[in-house]
Amino acid sequence: MAKVTVDGIEVEVPNGSNVLQACEAAGKEIPRFCYHERLSVAGNCRMCLVEIEKAPPKPFASCAYPVADGMVVHTDTPMVRAARRGVMEFLLINHPLDCPICDQGGECDLQDQAVGYGGDHSRYHESKRAVVNPDLGPLVKTIMTRCIHCTRCIRFSTEIAGVSEMGATSRGESMAVGTYVEKALSSELSGNLIDICPVGALTSKPYAFVARPWELKKTDSVDVLDAVGSAIRVDTRGAEVLRILPRINEDVNEEWLADKSRFALDGLKRRRLDTPWIKRDGRLVRASWPEAFAAIEDRLRGVSGERIGAVAGDLCDAESMVALKDVMASLGSTNLDCRQDGAAIDASRREFYLFNTSIAGIEEADALLIVGANPRTEAPLINARIRKRVLMGNFPVALVGAAADLTYDYAHLGTQPGDLGSLIEGSHAFAKALETAKKPMIIVGQGALTRADGAAILAECWKLAAQANMLTPDWHGFNVLHTAAARVGALDLGFATGKTLAHMARGGVDVLWLLGADEFDAAQIPPSTFVVYQGHHGDRGAARADVILPGAAYTEKDGTYVSTEGRVQRGAMALFPPGEAKEDWKILRAFSAMIGKPLPYDTLDAVRARLAAVNPVFSVIDALPRFGAGETSGPAVGGDIGSAPFAPVVANYYMTDPISRASATMAACTAAHAPITSIAAE
Amino acid sequence: MSAAPSDRVEPTSFAFDDHSHAAIDVAIAKYPPGKQASAVLPLLDIAQRQMGRTTGSAWIPTVAMDAVAQALSMPPIRVYEIATFYLMFNTKPIGRYHLQVCGTTPCWLRGSDEVARACRDVGGMKGYGESSADGLFTMSEVECLGGCVNAPILQVDDDYYEDMDYERTKALLESLKRGEKPARGSTIGRIGSAPTGGPVTLTSDPIRVPSASNVEPEKAE
Repeated sequence: MAKVTVDGIEVEVPNGSNVLQACEAAGKEIPRFCYHERLSVAGNCRMCLVEIEKAPPKPFASCAYPVADGMVVHTDTPMVRAARRGVMEFLLINHPLDCPICDQGGECDLQDQAVGYGGDHSRYHESKRAVVNPDLGPLVKTIMTRCIHCTRCIRFSTEIAGVSEMGATSRGESMAVGTYVEKALSSELSGNLIDICPVGALTSKPYAFVARPWELKKTDSVDVLDAVGSAIRVDTRGAEVLRILPRINEDVNEEWLADKSRFALDGLKRRRLDTPWIKRDGRLVRASWPEAFAAIEDRLRGVSGERIGAVAGDLCDAESMVALKDVMASLGSTNLDCRQDGAAIDASRREFYLFNTSIAGIEEADALLIVGANPRTEAPLINARIRKRVLMGNFPVALVGAAADLTYDYAHLGTQPGDLGSLIEGSHAFAKALETAKKPMIIVGQGALTRADGAAILAECWKLAAQANMLTPDWHGFNVLHTAAARVGALDLGFATGKTLAHMARGGVDVLWLLGADEFDAAQIPPSTFVVYQGHHGDRGAARADVILPGAAYTEKDGTYVSTEGRVQRGAMALFPPGEAKEDWKILRAFSAMIGKPLPYDTLDAVRARLAAVNPVFSVIDALPRFGAGETSGPAVGGDIGSAPFAPVVANYYMTDPISRASATMAACTAAHAPITSIAAE
Repeated sequence: MSAAPSDRVEPTSFAFDDHSHAAIDVAIAKYPPGKQASAVLPLLDIAQRQMGRTTGSAWIPTVAMDAVAQALSMPPIRVYEIATFYLMFNTKPIGRYHLQVCGTTPCWLRGSDEVARACRDVGGMKGYGESSADGLFTMSEVECLGGCVNAPILQVDDDYYEDMDYERTKALLESLKRGEKPARGSTIGRIGSAPTGGPVTLTSDPIRVPSASNVEPEKAE
């Protein structure tokens, strides 16, 4: 530790810190553009100048100057202020005066710091330079005359996203930040460039000229478009979600957000179900809530509980699932399924279906085996965390599954489950890496579980984990990577009992209640089955429905979600559902009263008490207790392992759920990246 | 060679030929294993020379930069950054002969404006950065070539032509047009960087006449 005095305040900072960090520790705000905590230090904007005693009499760039014991720093002397004013004057020489038409206005670092250090007029009378705007694809808009060459975007794409596509070409007056050859950024994290750009050079294309930050109502919530459980902020104005930004959650998404989670929001306005519908004479017609409920009640009359079933979709909140489960129980049915993809999951112990290592725990691991998963498309932020760990060094990664560009190097051990055998026998070179590792981990993807031999593969992976020292009292290296935000919550609620979806969809039940279930082939349901679809989008499920009950999307309800790591988090209602649509648990509560079997809860708090009663994990919010593996006995073995290669579960990253399928932005991304995805699909 | 450089289209593919491959092996061998990206400057030069050899226009199209990136296992954008940073790499097609006129103070004082005027007159270019209609010449202004003693300098591709004036520049370009390649160096017969009229200092014999007091031993050196 080094003792540093900043403006008379003594602080202790770790050796190797820079002066800027010491100043932050002392509570002094240092203006900066190029410095970013999660990126390498560039030291090229020169805005963070400070004065250091007993050093050469010049201003120092604090971000690039290491601390020394006994250092005395001044952050607000006449010299420092004059130096920063000088830097600001130079930065503004070529910066256009277009703040009134700039989307960064109101949340612009340059604007804010120019208030502190800018002059009231310019002494530069020559022409400002003009720069061509490269087309970076459908998400990021570029206005490069505003660029101040901080190189944050270049460092982000190279270091965090792992796609070296941004660069600074040419030199001096002609220096330009861009891609040189025009192309859309091939990263699932490209939206973060908008956040880290300190000026208005990189802004959001879909959000261009939409709103000013001070007009927006900000609601802290949780993302559900993948199973990572990223912390988000939903910005709304009136009855419209205008943008979604990441919130900092060091344990989950740090401060990043994947593109689908950020940009699919225009799908929240399209193809919405805003009124109940009833199928009459083969056609869906608009109806009122009492009519819709009556139609369901009529059909349910005389049907035994055995012939009723329910399926929970991938975006469902735990509140609506527990309400649906209770409604089903009151009807005498235990036919519940949440595995639309048919994943073989052993729900007998929670650790069999969780990402037990936790996302932050990846940084502690020292070897990784990925089985049947492509973390880059299934959970981009988990992939970013793996890449972060890879960059720290000494982290061998191996993959059994379809080869893909994961943004880091890995040993490709094979494409089919049989290739795991060489690891279990210890004959492969990577087996030795696993053997010597102290905290090895395995990630089993849905590509490994959504097969006929999924249960056997799950058991095999667990066996390998037990054998490779992944399951110890203080380290749990067994991980299942989910792609559906609702999946873990549904499993925690026991939403996988009785008849399976495959059975129910082929005439195993007479009445099938789909709660936002759109990811299976609903057309295969025979006409004799009466389908109730409760959800927010007119997608595959609604297309087959006999009665449609309009529900709320994740931005329109207070919902509890359990991420793939088992973290219980709460999303918040940012706006009301459109039209006649209602929050889902309330729909089920109203329906239960209609059929004379009212659910025993009337308030959100009461539903949540019921959640905690069903499974105590729902009583601990946001915290994720780390645990080792207590018992090493594996999940139930089911059958033999086949030899078919693992198939990617996400064919198109940009369209995986009803919201992103309805999004024009995601459609544009799909078109822009079509050649890449078609190669990957083959 | 008859087309103007601006009419040349970006090639769709680029592959190093045998001559280049030999040079690439030498360049990469200079750096430790795993640090082969350090050879990016030599490889860009090799690519530019190959383009000059094979097409008569020594420039580096994007496909050639991609080939360099592939040869050195580095992201293409890192090669683009370097190729566009150094002015010695031409990222646009140029003429058969690259006329590089030094415009820095010593050359300018000694008449580099006249050299540039001769280039314009012979090639028909309007100014720096332009090429002649026949695709033979492209003229650029460069910073100090380090030949100030023999100013003004006109660099044609790799060769310096020194002590230029309007007439000699014109004559040089005319002979280049005829396909001749005049000898490089001073165009007024200057030896190295010696004064124009021959040496004016240290003209006496440096060997001292031995005297009785300082007889040196035989074969002292």
